[in-house]
Amino acid sequence: MSFSETTRVRAREIIARYPADRSRSALLPLLHLVQSEEGYVSPAGVEFCAEVLGLNKAQVGAVATFYTMYKRKPTGDYLVSVCTNTMCDMLGGQAVYDTLAEHLGVGHEETTADGKITLEHAECLAACDYGPVMTVNYDFFDNVEPQGALGVVQELQAGGRPMPTRGARLCTLKEMAVQLAGFADERDGAVADGGPGEPSLRGLRLAEQHGISVPGFDPRTPIRSKAEADRAAAEAKAKAEAEKPAPAPRDARAAEAAGAAANPPAGDRKPAGDAAGAQERNLKDAETGTDADGADPADANGTGVRK
Amino acid sequence: MTTPRPETLAKLTPVLTKRWLSPDAWRLGTYENLDGYAALRKALKAHPDDLIQLIKDSGLRGRGGAGFPTGLKWGFIPQGDGKPHYLVVNADEGEPGTCKDLPLMTHDPHSLVEGVIIASYAIRASRAYIYIRGEAVHAARRLRSAVAEAQAKGYLGRNILGSGFDLELVVHSGAGAYICGEETALLDSLEGFRGQPRLRPPFPATHGLYASPTVVNNVGTIASVPYIVLGGADWWKTMGTEKSSGPMIYSLSGRIANPGQFEASMGITLRELIELAGGMKPGHELRFWTPGGSSTPLLTAEHLDVPLDFEGVAAAGSILGTTATQIFSDQDCPVYATYRWLEFYHHESCGKCTPCREGNYWMVRVYRRILSGQGTHEDLDTLLDTCDNILGRSFCGLGDGATSSVTSSLKYFKQDYLDYIEGRTAPKLSDKSLVGAH
Repeated sequence: MSFSETTRVRAREIIARYPADRSRSALLPLLHLVQSEEGYVSPAGVEFCAEVLGLNKAQVGAVATFYTMYKRKPTGDYLVSVCTNTMCDMLGGQAVYDTLAEHLGVGHEETTADGKITLEHAECLAACDYGPVMTVNYDFFDNVEPQGALGVVQELQAGGRPMPTRGARLCTLKEMAVQLAGFADERDGAVADGGPGEPSLRGLRLAEQHGISVPGFDPRTPIRSKAEADRAAAEAKAKAEAEKPAPAPRDARAAEAAGAAANPPAGDRKPAGDAAGAQERNLKDAETGTDADGADPADANGTGVRK
Repeated sequence: MTTPRPETLAKLTPVLTKRWLSPDAWRLGTYENLDGYAALRKALKAHPDDLIQLIKDSGLRGRGGAGFPTGLKWGFIPQGDGKPHYLVVNADEGEPGTCKDLPLMTHDPHSLVEGVIIASYAIRASRAYIYIRGEAVHAARRLRSAVAEAQAKGYLGRNILGSGFDLELVVHSGAGAYICGEETALLDSLEGFRGQPRLRPPFPATHGLYASPTVVNNVGTIASVPYIVLGGADWWKTMGTEKSSGPMIYSLSGRIANPGQFEASMGITLRELIELAGGMKPGHELRFWTPGGSSTPLLTAEHLDVPLDFEGVAAAGSILGTTATQIFSDQDCPVYATYRWLEFYHHESCGKCTPCREGNYWMVRVYRRILSGQGTHEDLDTLLDTCDNILGRSFCGLGDGATSSVTSSLKYFKQDYLDYIEGRTAPKLSDKSLVGAH
């Protein structure tokens, strides 16, 4: 397989988005790009990425096999992904998946014999308020039930392109891969497709109906200079200090004894982790969230600094 | 559906979500008519340090789950160090239950772009990236269009609005890996590697993207910035609680009459949120829920009045997380729910560290055994023991998060486990799925 001139031009555009000495950052978009031509990441696709980035094939292969969206076998024109994570599953997503699998005669990440449809069960697609959801080439069909989902798939099989509930009109998976590689959706009007669904607007509608807004918003509020803010903070602190009652006198010897009792000298007992009750303590820590800093990898907002 | 009480309605704070009512707000013209880019003009006249101070004063804390003070994070970036600085927006929304960033980027992408420009100016970054989850294609379409529009109008690029400040912004799509929501894994992924977490320290504030000082912030955090710049820190603090200021987008899903997004003052309770959502679905009674995605320990009907802010939820033994409240009823099985989450963590474990990689693999198998009616009492000890070996011993929060629903469901719903083990509940999975020496 040799890649087209269009793909080569696009590859150069992708690489140009990143700092000159950091071209490896272009690898994820480039892998999407080779999928836009072949429908999956083939050995030739790996070689292409390696060649344009000056990496070896093992380096590219290691990355390509890590991510779910890089497919290792040829895919159909339409990738149908059904969310079967807990919430969608409970609301009926598994039944949708089972119905489609039976109708298409394929399992997870398998493609129909005519090369039209690839089925997969997906993890949480971040649309739980519309659950159960499925996507076709990653655009959403909301609140699906087995018969409705079947209808969408049958229309695809018949050559139609059902309109997603939210998101743009459908394109092929290869065309979608061009967008994933970071290029604009050139189809006239596609960006404008799909207004907000009612669940997204639920709280807003209530606020609107009942005339609720946040008072006191004045866009002309001045931005204080840092020096000014520091001064205000120092004043507030001084004021708080002045208002604080004087600390009660403490008996120095009693305090020392208490400190020594709380920190016995190291002995040759078993290390702390093996002591009975360590598990309970850990569980308790988990419950109180003392060890919870950054416990949620979806956010990764913690700098890791323990609070 | 009954109308919520006025005092409950008064907790609604439409700020970040407000433009979603204008279907064209994703277009630059509409956005500009709705206060758009006014904050940028104002911010560029201020000194960057003043902006960092403003964000500190506002008490804004990270909206992605950990709740780290944003101004402090910006302040950690060493200035005058001669190195390039980077701003990276974590738009890899994927925590099960979480669905607030996608609508924000789809319906109001310019608010994120404007926040990015202001934040980059404050930390003196001349390159910024939005790392958006690969599957979020429509949000990415709208964002890319917003970036192009902003570029054409001079809000991005060289010498922005004549201020002398330059910024390049790239929207970078991921490729399907939950772990890339962990900030150091995200940075590795953005550098073109497998998304695996890094050892900290050093922290991204000094050694982030390309080993340079980097701020990684969630979408909601950055999108809050223009409002704080316009309305001021004092106005921002009129919402929320003393230590958890501002509005928060609460995402309600599951067994309620009207699931959806509710932007409310931090500290609202689940009882009030359910009231706003029109109550439980008919015939369903609340049994368990997650306060902030599947990585946060489950809570029960006892916790309906817990204030949903960082401190309140921690005091109740869970984590505020992403304020993704997934609501389950008496018709849902907490053992099965936990099993399904574990399948997820097992699939998404990056494989870097043994406790998470192996622990989740084995816990899934133990759950399959229990759910097919072949579990033993020892299995429950095995689960707790495994959690003990994952929690606090994993490389990053993914492993810790995986244990949350296991330990909390065993704490509140042990009887449900025993009912499977002792044969009172019919098996939920077929024992045909068990192979070999299960």
